[in-house]
Amino acid sequence: MTAPQLVFGWGNACRGDDALGPVLIERLRALALPGVECLDDYQLQPEHALDLVGREHVLFVDASLTCATPFEVSPLRPGRDASFSSHAMSPAALLQAYLDVHGSAPPPATLLAIRGERFGLGEPMSEAAQRHLQAALSWAQGFLR
Amino acid sequence: MTDTLETAARPGGLRRVAIDPVSRVEGHGKVTLLLDDENRVQQVRLHIVEFRGFEKFIEGRPYWEVPVMVQRLCGICPVSHHLAASKAMDRVIGAFPVPPSAGAIRRLMHYGQVLQSHALHFFHLSSPDLLFGFDSDAHRRNVFGVIEAHPDVAKKGVLLRKFGQEVIRVTAGKRVHGTGSIPGGMNRHVAAADRDALRRDVAQVIAWSEDAVAIARQLHAANRELYDAFGSFRSKMLSLVRPDGALELYDGVLRARDEDGTILLDGAADQGYRGLIEEEVRPWTYMKFPHLRALGREAGWYRVGPLARVQNCDFIDTPRAESARREFVAWGGGSPVHATLAYHWARMIEALHCAEVIERLLDDPAILAGELTSHGTRTGHGVGLIEAPRGTLIHDYDVGEDDLVTRCNLIVSTTHNNQAMNEAVRQVARQYLDGREITEGLLNRIEVAIRAYDPCLSCATHALGRMPLDVTLVDAGGAVLDQVLKSADGSLVRG
Repeated sequence: MTAPQLVFGWGNACRGDDALGPVLIERLRALALPGVECLDDYQLQPEHALDLVGREHVLFVDASLTCATPFEVSPLRPGRDASFSSHAMSPAALLQAYLDVHGSAPPPATLLAIRGERFGLGEPMSEAAQRHLQAALSWAQGFLR
Repeated sequence: MTDTLETAARPGGLRRVAIDPVSRVEGHGKVTLLLDDENRVQQVRLHIVEFRGFEKFIEGRPYWEVPVMVQRLCGICPVSHHLAASKAMDRVIGAFPVPPSAGAIRRLMHYGQVLQSHALHFFHLSSPDLLFGFDSDAHRRNVFGVIEAHPDVAKKGVLLRKFGQEVIRVTAGKRVHGTGSIPGGMNRHVAAADRDALRRDVAQVIAWSEDAVAIARQLHAANRELYDAFGSFRSKMLSLVRPDGALELYDGVLRARDEDGTILLDGAADQGYRGLIEEEVRPWTYMKFPHLRALGREAGWYRVGPLARVQNCDFIDTPRAESARREFVAWGGGSPVHATLAYHWARMIEALHCAEVIERLLDDPAILAGELTSHGTRTGHGVGLIEAPRGTLIHDYDVGEDDLVTRCNLIVSTTHNNQAMNEAVRQVARQYLDGREITEGLLNRIEVAIRAYDPCLSCATHALGRMPLDVTLVDAGGAVLDQVLKSADGSLVRG
């Protein structure tokens, strides 16, 4: 049975605030919210379009260098862009991949961008990012209920 | 001589064109072109930010953590690092060879990884360049252009990659952060139900892989002049092969051929790689330049990856891929194929081989039952050498009596190809940039050459909010003369 809501976060836990996406997923998963499936990966990849099948809504979560503090929420639409290095596919491009591969519109999607500060190898998550994470988590819980 | 364009004789008065990062390659790289007043290329350097600092990051960690931790080196081929570290730690704890069941499951995991990585690269990274040509509109020269023009190809790409990911999941335990391979073997068998599910799909996967080989071959045949000449240069080639000369990706012996295809070294044990390969440091880049020690830095550099592997071996032991290899070899007319763009064709031959090997392994009862771990006398030192999707990958560790890693040396595939990628960029610069206006299309040719090598430039961070491409003109003294930003939609904006 496919959960109607998917939360998908990505990032590298070894690189400071880049862990914001996966850590938020970990916290949400521990809450076991009904009707919500939590997935994470190092990066978005084309085959993740298959994870969107059968969903009523998808929430994407990533660290951001440029969003407002502590986090920013925005609706997503399918869109072609040039961001798709095999290590850096954008969520809008993933929605477009869904559209093109399946021939039908992807489920509605929202981007939760959490402000990060430092991304060095082996660095712990910054104190600021931890505050941003907590605020984003509270918002996400309300959004997903 | 490979340094012809590496250092200009008179750098003063030249303009510098910096492309940073190279879009659609993994991580971040920068191409620096030092031009004279007539836009003639005087100096070319490819700067790559790779695994800087990761070796120190590993030192001091318990050895049993390493196979899991190193997966964070790369989000595209974590399994290659997982298995190379596991193989090294097998040696460290004296648990070598691992039992047949563990070896079969690891091999299944690895071939699933190579299949999915090759599918990603061909269908979603480089096929846009190849299918549309290098002067096509930038908006179409991407994966979505491929989807529009070849919707079934794009779908096959997604599903091939998904199949490879599923092979990884059933062998590694999870689809990411897998823990299946451990020092001394594996910690799980493949579940019969998972095996059966993969069996149902594998024939289709083989058929799609054959289609991909056909596409790559047709592209070369349709544009022979371009494909043979673009970024082409002669080089030595290095890879693992099976002791009997067969193509081998998981475990074997080292073989190198010279520019004419004559074998330079063969049957070399992986544990002795340091006697064969020297890593040279150059002051203008963090990335090292490996070369064959016996030949020195000027003559000893080589290429790794699909182009090397498909030509270094004597045969492929799966029938469809062997047939494809013979066609590839025939393309060279008795000489090695040195064309940079031939990497794509060779890559698809390997993808087909991986699909065939996966089918064979799914019929091997050893993946379902049997001993999973070996034990032996600890040595404290081990090398794990594997053919990752991009080429030869070396993990080398010393571990103290307290179980902590005391020394770590990694040579990743992209580092092996460092000199070759620089040479490819130089060839393209000679062919297409010298004396011409620097257009987006011309700059993209440089990116096409780099992408053929499928470089992994380290998973730095990929947080939202970064521009994909920054082109900066500065003079030889470092002053910025001009700046071009390549925005997310591919358009160029001059600063």
